[in-house]
Amino acid sequence: MNFERIREKLNILADAAKYDVSCSSSGSKRTNTNKGLGDSSGMGICHSYTEDGRCISLLKILLTNHCIFDCAYCVSRKSNDIKRAGFKIQEVVDLTINFYRRNYIEGLFLSSGIFSSPDYTMERLIAVARKLRLEENFNGYIHLKSIPGCSDELMKEAGLYADRLSINIEIPTVSGLKLLAPEKDHKDFIKPMETVKNNIAIYKSEKKLLRSTPVYAPAGQSTQMIVGATGESDKDIMYSAVHYYSTYKMKRVYYSGYVPVLEDNRLPALGTEVPMLRENRLYQTDWLLRFYGFDVRELLNKDHPNLDVDIDPKLSWALRNLHLFPVDINKADKRMLARIPGLGMKSVYKILNARKYRKLNWEHLKAIGIAMNRAKYFMVCDSKDWERRDLEPQRIKSMILQSSQSKYQKMYNQQLQLF
Amino acid sequence: MTRLVYDETFEGLLTAIFQVYEERLQQVTIIPETDLQPDFFSEDVTVYTDTGKADRVWRGLKPFSLLRQMIYKAYLREASGAENTILEAVRYVLKTKNEKDYGHPAILQLANWTKEVGREKHRMEAFVRFKRAQDDTYIAVIEPDFNVLPLIAKHFKSRYADQVFMIYDLKRNYGIYYDLQKVDFINLDSERLKNLDAITHEEEKCYDVMWQDYFKSTGIKSRVNKKLHLRHVPKRYWKYLNEKNPY
Repeated sequence: MNFERIREKLNILADAAKYDVSCSSSGSKRTNTNKGLGDSSGMGICHSYTEDGRCISLLKILLTNHCIFDCAYCVSRKSNDIKRAGFKIQEVVDLTINFYRRNYIEGLFLSSGIFSSPDYTMERLIAVARKLRLEENFNGYIHLKSIPGCSDELMKEAGLYADRLSINIEIPTVSGLKLLAPEKDHKDFIKPMETVKNNIAIYKSEKKLLRSTPVYAPAGQSTQMIVGATGESDKDIMYSAVHYYSTYKMKRVYYSGYVPVLEDNRLPALGTEVPMLRENRLYQTDWLLRFYGFDVRELLNKDHPNLDVDIDPKLSWALRNLHLFPVDINKADKRMLARIPGLGMKSVYKILNARKYRKLNWEHLKAIGIAMNRAKYFMVCDSKDWERRDLEPQRIKSMILQSSQSKYQKMYNQQLQLF
Repeated sequence: MTRLVYDETFEGLLTAIFQVYEERLQQVTIIPETDLQPDFFSEDVTVYTDTGKADRVWRGLKPFSLLRQMIYKAYLREASGAENTILEAVRYVLKTKNEKDYGHPAILQLANWTKEVGREKHRMEAFVRFKRAQDDTYIAVIEPDFNVLPLIAKHFKSRYADQVFMIYDLKRNYGIYYDLQKVDFINLDSERLKNLDAITHEEEKCYDVMWQDYFKSTGIKSRVNKKLHLRHVPKRYWKYLNEKNPY
């Protein structure tokens, strides 16, 4: 093995892959039954965290950063003058196995620039996964990127080796895609999603009849959208996220604040700050939709097309719907408890269990660990003190902001000063 | 006031709980033998660990699987006074059957310890870093906050079914060793484990360096957030993380 050469390739191809945010390694059901290497039946594990605080659980690399496309937002685009490299199939296999054996990673996340044709590229990605599964007896996690425009047969084979398949929609609106990636067709993104969704359903129903049916992409599929590259609103982003969740049964939609990497007059200038706060608010909204029983239309609608930056989306919703509060913590149903600002789902379950035995007061709630500074305006409990004043939403908001220390305070203060 | 002095094993603790019920002790505390300080006002009774009695307590708690989980993890938490919180919770649950009553201080305390131990277990599953030795054994050294080795053995066994490995807890001076068949507990001379370079395989350096490279190149400079990074990877774990100890 030519160590220095592989090291150089790894540096180039890991650097080019890092803008893909997905790093989940959970949700698969691949157990180690053959005394082979690896097991991905449990929960995901983050083996380390980058200095920007993102989880590292997979070896995330491109097979190559040669690409025939020229998408404005992508660092590997054809017209960009950067170092190019490509791994051999065996090199990726060796790296994965050796990192895995040392407990550095949960598995492999393999993506690629598109060289010669989508099908040719996809075949090479599949070849890596096939080799890991069949020759190395590897049961770790494999996440393969679907290449836009590749054939249905290849997508079908990919799912037999991969735990998760994903294809990044990148630009949430069709018009945005036309502007930034004129050679790519929106349909080419949709077709592999459709194929994967259908295959998952087919294999699942066959498995019910015949237990020996192999699993197909057991951890489902995901996608990613860039935030802040074109002028889309939070409403545009979340409505299309909801569309992908419901139409293609996505396990996850990821939101990636655009990091300016190239000078291009269609895009924010180099040095523009990454919209991390906005990204954070989008993830909070995503969670409210998936775990807290919210409907996207409650959080974002034509009167309210963008999320507040200074407060979280649940608090913002509650302030717009003060007529539903205060909630009695000892009587309200789960759905309404989950809507109180400052209560997470874990606290909700603890409250549901604890209140069977006694009426809960502020002391109990504090011990359970809810965020009192926000929650106290929205609930009553077994205590004579509660917020009796009939406060205006603006007033509550400013009291909460005064009593809390947001890590983002600097950001939105600066923004306010501009106006 | 009776003080039950036990030998710090889990069976010992269960035996002590057995004794509390057998002798109907009301005013009682359970203390580990290493914490034993003379106390003029109490009567000390030594608990002789008896696996039969321990088993009976464990079986008696079978309907409360959540409580059993919490007791075991609270024990591994090694908090001072944990024995008495455990006893209090056992008494409360056996009387009321309410193992999920998080309004009760002892139950809530056990739940919090369980959470802490669970977090530490998960961290060790993540932060163990194996080095390949010349004889193809994969060796890792750890110093976890709590005694989580018994909890992580199963995870590593099913994950590395085809590789001989050893994980050694230097703080508590014992380790687990997997020989391709089963996992055993072992004791070694911990001084020898402090310098592994002499016995590592020649390829170890390459993968070590490449992992450090990978760690660096996968970070995005314009998003750096050291505070968040430290919250996920607190400094006390850096000692055994190769990416945090550049060559």
